[in-house]
Amino acid sequence: MLKMEKRDRNLLIIVTLMLVFAPFLLNPFPEGSVMAQFNAGYPDLMQRFVIFGIFAIGFNILFGLTGYLSFGHAIFLGVGSYAAIWMMKLLTMNVIPAIIMAIVISGIFALVIGWISLRRSGIYFSIITLAFALMSFALAYSVLTPITGGETGLQPKAADLRILDAPLAAGSTPRANLFGLEMSSSYKLEIGNWLFTFSAGYYIAAVMLLLSFYLSIRIFRSPFGMMLRAVKSNQQRMNYTGLNPKPYTLAAFVISGMYAGLAGGLMVAMDTQVGPERMFWTASGEVVMMTILGGAGTLIGPVLGAGLIKYMENIISKINASILHEWFYWLPDGLENLLVTVIYPFIGKGWHLTLGIIFMLVVIFLPGGLVEGSQKIGALIRRKLDRGKDKAKSSKSTKPAE
Amino acid sequence: MSKSDFTRRGVLGTGALAGAGLAMPTILTAGSHAGYTNEPSGDTVTLGFNVPQTGPYADEGADELRAYELAVEHLNGGGDGGMMNTFSSKALKGSGILGKKVEFVTGDTQTKSDAARASAKSMIEKDGAVMITGGSSSGVAVAVQALCQEAGVIFMAGLTHSNDTTGKDKKANGFRHFFNSYMSGAALAPVLKANYGADRNAFHLTADYNWGYTTEEAVRASTEAMGWNTVNTILTPLTQTDFSSYIAQVLQSDADVLVLNHYGGNMVNSLTNAVQFGLRDKVVNGKNFEIVVPLYSRLMAKGAGANVKGIFGSTNWHWSLQDEGTKAFVKSFGTKYGFPPSQAAHTCYVQALLYADAAERAGTFNPCGIVEALEGFEFDGMGNGPTLYRAEDHQCFKDVLVVKGKEEPDSDFDLLEIVEVTPVAQVTYPPNHPMFGGPEATLGSCNPGA
Repeated sequence: MLKMEKRDRNLLIIVTLMLVFAPFLLNPFPEGSVMAQFNAGYPDLMQRFVIFGIFAIGFNILFGLTGYLSFGHAIFLGVGSYAAIWMMKLLTMNVIPAIIMAIVISGIFALVIGWISLRRSGIYFSIITLAFALMSFALAYSVLTPITGGETGLQPKAADLRILDAPLAAGSTPRANLFGLEMSSSYKLEIGNWLFTFSAGYYIAAVMLLLSFYLSIRIFRSPFGMMLRAVKSNQQRMNYTGLNPKPYTLAAFVISGMYAGLAGGLMVAMDTQVGPERMFWTASGEVVMMTILGGAGTLIGPVLGAGLIKYMENIISKINASILHEWFYWLPDGLENLLVTVIYPFIGKGWHLTLGIIFMLVVIFLPGGLVEGSQKIGALIRRKLDRGKDKAKSSKSTKPAE
Repeated sequence: MSKSDFTRRGVLGTGALAGAGLAMPTILTAGSHAGYTNEPSGDTVTLGFNVPQTGPYADEGADELRAYELAVEHLNGGGDGGMMNTFSSKALKGSGILGKKVEFVTGDTQTKSDAARASAKSMIEKDGAVMITGGSSSGVAVAVQALCQEAGVIFMAGLTHSNDTTGKDKKANGFRHFFNSYMSGAALAPVLKANYGADRNAFHLTADYNWGYTTEEAVRASTEAMGWNTVNTILTPLTQTDFSSYIAQVLQSDADVLVLNHYGGNMVNSLTNAVQFGLRDKVVNGKNFEIVVPLYSRLMAKGAGANVKGIFGSTNWHWSLQDEGTKAFVKSFGTKYGFPPSQAAHTCYVQALLYADAAERAGTFNPCGIVEALEGFEFDGMGNGPTLYRAEDHQCFKDVLVVKGKEEPDSDFDLLEIVEVTPVAQVTYPPNHPMFGGPEATLGSCNPGA
């Protein structure tokens, strides 16, 4: 089906199932319980998982396959967002034109920036893209304030043009929709103490992730993907065989830029607001972290990395001292205070610290990222099973015959 | 890989997947409930405190959070009650809000609009907050205010000074207690005239972002109206830490006043540079060279140290005020934390009480009821004298303090002295003032969500 090998098809099916049932999978704890703090199944965070997953998949096509480390990918995320919000302001609040324009405009930006920065490779390439990231942020933050709204950013306003839309009902605010289905609409399902939220915006973003993921599988397994891998393993040898790597790397750069644009457009579709921080250079660093954390060059890795980082950012950062005291209230006072003091630096505003430690542990012990971790665990289990089988076999065979 | 064979099974499988994808939107329809977003059903009500815990304004954020925790304690009947005893409205009884115990969730805005919106959204969608408050920058305030308008909850702005929050970007569900750039300019101008004369050449250094622009515009307008001449204005990047090249340009001009439209770390660095270059000992056009900082905060004054001595600026509130409300608040804050509160802490504490009081008077947490209760609300006893929440733009109108860096500070907290309390009439402007988006800017109508 869909021209894929069996292994890839199984992966795609697993991803599909995970996306469809995410509202259940991410909300394992009942409402009101102590553990409810760790539930991640609310629409905003699920949308973020998916959108940053797309962003990281795109980044991985450049970094994972060609080895070119770009520190400016958030530019395309930002450009896509600005393009999308302008489509919403000028044309219609329907998300389709916004997403299409986000991809097109960021593709054009990627072509220009890629054409310039791909004249160099290795660390020089990274530095040039970093310079572009700093420039773009400065442009969006102050120089281009009339277009980007500067620090305060852009939002749809009741007084916007919106050529294609019917005039708004008095007093209502413009809302992003897909042919009338509002992105923010959701269906809530209550089973016992559990509350599951199915959000329209999330499922639209999830369909986009599936398409992106499928396209990424096809690129990975295509001759084009093979060429990109050749660039990574030895560019000089590739040159000597008479192949010019530049068109391939530029194509990969533009494709990954368009992925970022798609992510940016979706961000605006889910939450109609753009600010320049979205293209700050740390945002570019974040996608590098996501990809490495999950496993650069693997298909599913970047999505896992994106999920982990966004989970930390949104869940761990919201735990505060009073919640800790609630958890440990059953301990004797002295011990409770001690435990809270020890854990406190790692939660709330200290979530960066926790993330840093996890990142270091992963890079040192699992250079292949979370994917390598799961492979190792899988191998361990398999070995255990095999040994179990062997034992069973040997015990059978050594049984003396009577 | 490039085979293209359509098998019956393949077509069926693909078709089923595509069909499921297409059918998805129709399965999902908007959940319809009566009432409003996050209507509290149990015996508690959740408020969301969204403050910067990391990033350049983390100090302000930490102080805001202290103030909120104090406010929750007072609302639930703990502590000494603080400003609830001096507040002119007596609806609050110390039994929570509308009989429900107040609980809160916290989040980190990182002073980034994206992060702030993400954390506010999780408070609304996951924790069921009926009100979001806090923040320490206008970009964040505008972003979160718009989000709250869409989601149908109330936003009580924290520290935000740009005109846009209650001007161009005002929203029906958003309220601001803090003062703004226009008020700073209008309050400072007469004091500057009295001290420095009406014939001055001013040079502006302005932080290159939204707040900087509105502040420069406001200060220019009000100083030019009294006869000052603006020689030049330069935009400085927000990330700048060394301002010596800009100071050199000031030295070469014939300006005799330098206006620093900077906040936070920017202001600490630019002021320090200016003083180090000996600007304050210079005599230009036969007049002593002077420096003005439109927006002061105690935390900034602390950072700039001795350099703030004798420099004029404006502030929303200062703990050394002698009215009953201020004394009560400083006392309970000091008892709990051991030092006096900053103006950020004050505005946040007051916003939390004002929200609780409005809910109590409206008899509901419904945002539309709260908007109605707060619009045109006049109150006193909150440290700023008689105050009005204007109905047209949801901005508080109250006296503005003009302060000066103290020559002989007694402690780390006692760095500013109050020069004048500019009466509210002098800083009031019409709601359709051109600096506030003109006649096009509208509040819209309140949105209860759901």
